[in-house]
Amino acid sequence: MIVRIMGEGQVKVDDSRFPELNELDDELLAEVEGGDEEGFRRTLHALLEAVRKLGTPLPDDSLEPSELILPAPDATVDEVREMLSDDGLIPG
Amino acid sequence: MSGVMKRMGMIFRAKANKALDRAEDPRETLDYSYQKQLELLQKVRRGVADVATSRKRLELQLNQLQQQSGKLEDQGRKALALGREDLAREALSRRSALQQQVTDLETQHATLQGEEEKLTLAAQRLQAKVDAFRTKKETIKATYTAAQAQTRIGEAFSGISEEMGDVGMAIQRAEDKTAQLQARAGAIDELLASGALDDQSGMAKDDIQAELDRLSGGSDVELELQRMKAELAGGPSAQQQAIEGGAGGQQAQQQPQDTPRFDKQ
Repeated sequence: MIVRIMGEGQVKVDDSRFPELNELDDELLAEVEGGDEEGFRRTLHALLEAVRKLGTPLPDDSLEPSELILPAPDATVDEVREMLSDDGLIPG
Repeated sequence: MSGVMKRMGMIFRAKANKALDRAEDPRETLDYSYQKQLELLQKVRRGVADVATSRKRLELQLNQLQQQSGKLEDQGRKALALGREDLAREALSRRSALQQQVTDLETQHATLQGEEEKLTLAAQRLQAKVDAFRTKKETIKATYTAAQAQTRIGEAFSGISEEMGDVGMAIQRAEDKTAQLQARAGAIDELLASGALDDQSGMAKDDIQAELDRLSGGSDVELELQRMKAELAGGPSAQQQAIEGGAGGQQAQQQPQDTPRFDKQ
């Protein structure tokens, strides 16, 4: 599956690695919904680290859409909550 | 799985699909999207230039503050050499306030540098994607048939619109941060303009400098007199004693007749 890390680009991660990533992802969502900034920061960084470690970067000129999208490392809980709302921060 | 990354992926794709669904002829969407990409590229380049301008402005201000800080330190040393601990204390307390400003500006400078690097990378990535999209778009248009259109156009379009959304957000955040920092830098500019800090020409004189000049001016006259007397007496020239060397001698003990006033900035 292709994962985009916002502000960094796309990486391809083998499907077999997703169970461990999903666990962190669910935790991240709970922290966003609970407004737990500290927990969110910790989990987001762990998730980004895992994706970077397990994935292979896609070349800049590839035009493949991503299956999954992760916020930038310095994103805040509020920004992510807004992105998850229907018309959030994402242009278009 | 319904975590953050899955949801965000769905939102991006939904937006891209919505844009495609609006098009009667997908080829027009490709052309329109390409125009939008070029506009965004321009905007990102302008953003990089804006951030770089702000960074250079901060560097200039940092330089000015550091010069001023060094000058106040010298004044403090000189005042002490002249036996004026009150002046030295004043100079050093002003220097301490300036150092705080320097520390703040250094933090802001690091933030701006980070934004500049991120935007530069985003611009490079977007440029590569736009070039790839142009090639793909022309290929699709040349071999266009309704049957194959949806999948191939959808892929190319989704990939690039997702990148545009990502870069669009990066530029937005950089603009916000730059605006905040510019407001703070403006305050420093006002300080510089008001004369609270010396201008670069070095022509402006602060009250500490004026007092030091008055004191050391007196000392210089005394030294000159001693030298002349020695010459008239045919003796060897009196040694020139630099006040900065801390050899103020009797003159250093001279107390001014009027108490200096400090205009606290």
